[in-house]
Amino acid sequence: MLMKLATDFMGWIDKRLPVTDAWNKHLAQYPAPKNFNFWYFFGSLAMLVLVNQIVTGIWLTMNYEPSGAGAFASVEYIMRDVDFGWLLRYMHSTGASAFFVVVYMHMMRGLMYGSYQKPRELLWIFGMLIFLVLMAEAFMGYLLPWGNMSYWGAQVIISLFGAVPIIGDDLTLWIRGDYVISGATLNRFFALHVIAMPLVLVVLVFLHILALHEVGSNNPEGVDIKKPKGSVKPEELSKFTFHKQYSDKYDIVDAVPFHPYYSVKDIMGVAGFLFLFCWVMFFAPEGGGYFMEAPNFTPANGLKTPEHIAPVWYFGPFYTILRVVPDKLLGAVAMFGAIVMLFALPWFDRGVVKSVRYRSKLHLVNLIQFAICFVVLGALGTMPATPTANLIGVIASFGYFGFFIALWFYSKNENTKPVPERIAD
Amino acid sequence: MKNLIIAATFGVLISVTTFMSFTAVASGPSIQLDKANNDLSDKESLKKGFKTYINYCLGCHQLQYQRYNRTFADLGIEKADGVANYMYTGEKVGDHILNTMPEKEAAKWFGSAPPDLTLEARLRSPDWIYTYLRSFYIDKSRPFDVNNTVFKDVGMPHVLQGLQGVSTIDEHGNLSPAMGGSLTAEEYDVVVRDLTNFLEYVGEPNKLERKAMGYWVLAFLFFFFIISYFLKKEYWKDVH
Repeated sequence: MLMKLATDFMGWIDKRLPVTDAWNKHLAQYPAPKNFNFWYFFGSLAMLVLVNQIVTGIWLTMNYEPSGAGAFASVEYIMRDVDFGWLLRYMHSTGASAFFVVVYMHMMRGLMYGSYQKPRELLWIFGMLIFLVLMAEAFMGYLLPWGNMSYWGAQVIISLFGAVPIIGDDLTLWIRGDYVISGATLNRFFALHVIAMPLVLVVLVFLHILALHEVGSNNPEGVDIKKPKGSVKPEELSKFTFHKQYSDKYDIVDAVPFHPYYSVKDIMGVAGFLFLFCWVMFFAPEGGGYFMEAPNFTPANGLKTPEHIAPVWYFGPFYTILRVVPDKLLGAVAMFGAIVMLFALPWFDRGVVKSVRYRSKLHLVNLIQFAICFVVLGALGTMPATPTANLIGVIASFGYFGFFIALWFYSKNENTKPVPERIAD
Repeated sequence: MKNLIIAATFGVLISVTTFMSFTAVASGPSIQLDKANNDLSDKESLKKGFKTYINYCLGCHQLQYQRYNRTFADLGIEKADGVANYMYTGEKVGDHILNTMPEKEAAKWFGSAPPDLTLEARLRSPDWIYTYLRSFYIDKSRPFDVNNTVFKDVGMPHVLQGLQGVSTIDEHGNLSPAMGGSLTAEEYDVVVRDLTNFLEYVGEPNKLERKAMGYWVLAFLFFFFIISYFLKKEYWKDVH
């Protein structure tokens, strides 16, 4: 009786909105390669953290006061007087750092297995746009507690726009809404942080997933699971039912439906991730001074510069690239260039073999050196500038840009290994 | 397997290089801080620290984000006891812990207005506070005749001088007591430790609650992980 009622109800809905069809197309009958490994947890984890940020953000907004006079005190009000306010705030602040951890891992996965290569260029571009908006979102969010590091961090980054020739000064004035960072800046950052950026972020994530499902998921082998229609013997076809959008056009092999196979696997990933996340959140929410910087426990003060202005760790790599270039304008160009390189990665890589498993030793070495340089640049970004640090920073910056340049040269005629037809068991 | 080796190589290389660049670059002369070894669960110590704060510090340094009644509740002080022994200027128990020093005037008196100390322990660390309050020495060139090895040219007088006495400094920067106060050095350390303890509490009143909750959450997630692992295994049986 109840079952029939439910079926009738879904029938009624499906006649008006293709809910069941969308469920099947994107989850229950979406063909996912059966060989996803550890690196494939981070996409779903990024989604989880996004939801965490939005939900805790909504609750924080209920008690936060976006004004120069009230912001700092309202954060302490949340920490002390709001029921579980401290928990909401730590979930949000730890979530910000966790977001970048999972996104960097997610991007590394893309690099390792060539998930940016044809035909996934647009998917990669959407991902990069998400990364860019995420950085803007995090940067603006960091001003909101109105601590002294919030203030001076924003001061340093906004002043970068002053390096733009001719319109530089007007541009910084326009961004700040004042001659210095002030309540006016805080208010507009608040507006952008709580509504504009999240809206863009959610739309981009939607497009990212839509684009993914259009071209299909890559996998650690870099082998396509969609074969030309009729090319596979019936007994070798995947035994599962996939949505006709996929199976009408292709013969699908070595795949499982995303739900329930990867949904249960991702739940396991979520459990493992949350364990680490909660460990940090409950026992070290300041993240050793990297997630919450000590000078931020004193209110913003335009007359008192912190001894050492450091961006939050996740901006470290780009901040170091900015800092090692002696000229301010060129430094800013190098910093934005570092991100442009990532955007253009699908065109730097002229190879056809996707996975690092079947590419040359040279590529493996290049990839490892890139990862190391990225981490070193990140570490340097949080430390005071010394001549040694500067030297290491210059070397690591060369390593960073060198990755793309070298890739462009060797990928055309790369000494790759034969790629198997199918994903082995 | 091969995958694992590559992942492990990545991990090791990344951590080694990071560590090396950190140690190669980490610099700056830092002051050797003494360990406060304070205990947030010691309510008697917190109460004594609170009392010392009210008597010696509050005149200049507010705790503007913390309320009296919250403090009473967390420290196990009865309301009547709290009103009688910790509140001197007729505030209500729900009020923030404020003083009446005018900020502009104070800035004139001391060079800069005495800062609020609610978050001092989070800004500078408990060890810093513990060391700082034990590091005043005579320096006739300063307005209040004292200076501090942890906070050079500090603007405040040595408020606890009556308890500690005063120290002199030698050319190596070592302090030695010149005139004793009403307490022995050991007794004074205890007073400062209690005060440090209180300031750590006030910096984050939920700290103990946070950690207590954390153990339960981690225990739950641990079991949740095990269950989700077996669930995944069960489902994936038909794939492999």
